[in-house]
Amino acid sequence: MGETVGLLVATFVAAFVEFVEALTIVLAMGVTRGWRSALAGTVAAVLALAAFTSVLGYALATWLPRTALQLVVGILLLIFGLQWLRKAILRSAGLKALHDEDAEFRERTEAAGAAPRRRRFGIDPFGFVVSLKGVFLEGTEVVFIVITFGLNANDVPIAVVGAAAAGVVVITLGAALHQPLTRVPENTLKYGVGLMLASFGTFWSVEGLSAVDGGHPAAWPGGDWSILGLIAIWFGLSRLLIAVLAKRREMAEVVS
Amino acid sequence: MTALRAIGRFCYDLVIGDDWKIAAAVLLALVVGAVLAAVTTIPAVALAIVVGVLLLSTFTAAMVIGTRKQ
Repeated sequence: MGETVGLLVATFVAAFVEFVEALTIVLAMGVTRGWRSALAGTVAAVLALAAFTSVLGYALATWLPRTALQLVVGILLLIFGLQWLRKAILRSAGLKALHDEDAEFRERTEAAGAAPRRRRFGIDPFGFVVSLKGVFLEGTEVVFIVITFGLNANDVPIAVVGAAAAGVVVITLGAALHQPLTRVPENTLKYGVGLMLASFGTFWSVEGLSAVDGGHPAAWPGGDWSILGLIAIWFGLSRLLIAVLAKRREMAEVVS
Repeated sequence: MTALRAIGRFCYDLVIGDDWKIAAAVLLALVVGAVLAAVTTIPAVALAIVVGVLLLSTFTAAMVIGTRKQ
């Protein structure tokens, strides 16, 4: 039961952040280029994602033996998670601008306003393509998280439910508010998701080393409970890096 | 070829992102771990801890190197 809840929460939170970013793009296109084009692009992206998920999930689950799957998925998740953690550390240390959905929305609407206006079959190509690309790109990250977590937990349907619930919440809020979800603590959520992905990726990739031909297995002390320890360790290291990098930035500013 | 290149670029951006040093750090630590798994008989728990420490170290190095000029 605990594992199911953990999987639901993990995929919900990770997908939530991605859906918020996709919503900003769709809203910007809907407001400036028309809702028919924005929603058509969104539907096209969702259909493409469904096909992509089916093929990728089937390929991973059937072509790789269990231990190799754990290693490959673990490595991909670890690299992906550490990318997020790296950006969160840089933002917290003041070395990278905080993600701002308001600014993103303004930039998108300005660019959309400047683009030439045409219609084909009642659809504005610019609004359609930007919505399609935005939803597909953000959605691919959701698919990646759902598949990696779902396959390793042997419960892809629950992972899908978590992500779908996040989508429903974001779409509902977006439809009700008609504006980007700027009050969502996105940078904090991205930090938390980065920690989670890095910790799970660390756990699975190391345990997956037994897939190496001739290698003996590695096993984390305490089994699955060690994931909590890994989260604490990655959190501690990230706080240390934030402090060191922030101090280095301050000293560089004083010197210059 | 253009479509293939675009797909390849997309996959690269999705997995590796904008800093290849992070991916390199992960692969370095895991390759060392795989070598240890193949040629040594250290206990499974010790192997996990060693590789874990390697991952933390290589990630830290990648972060420090990547922010040197900032």
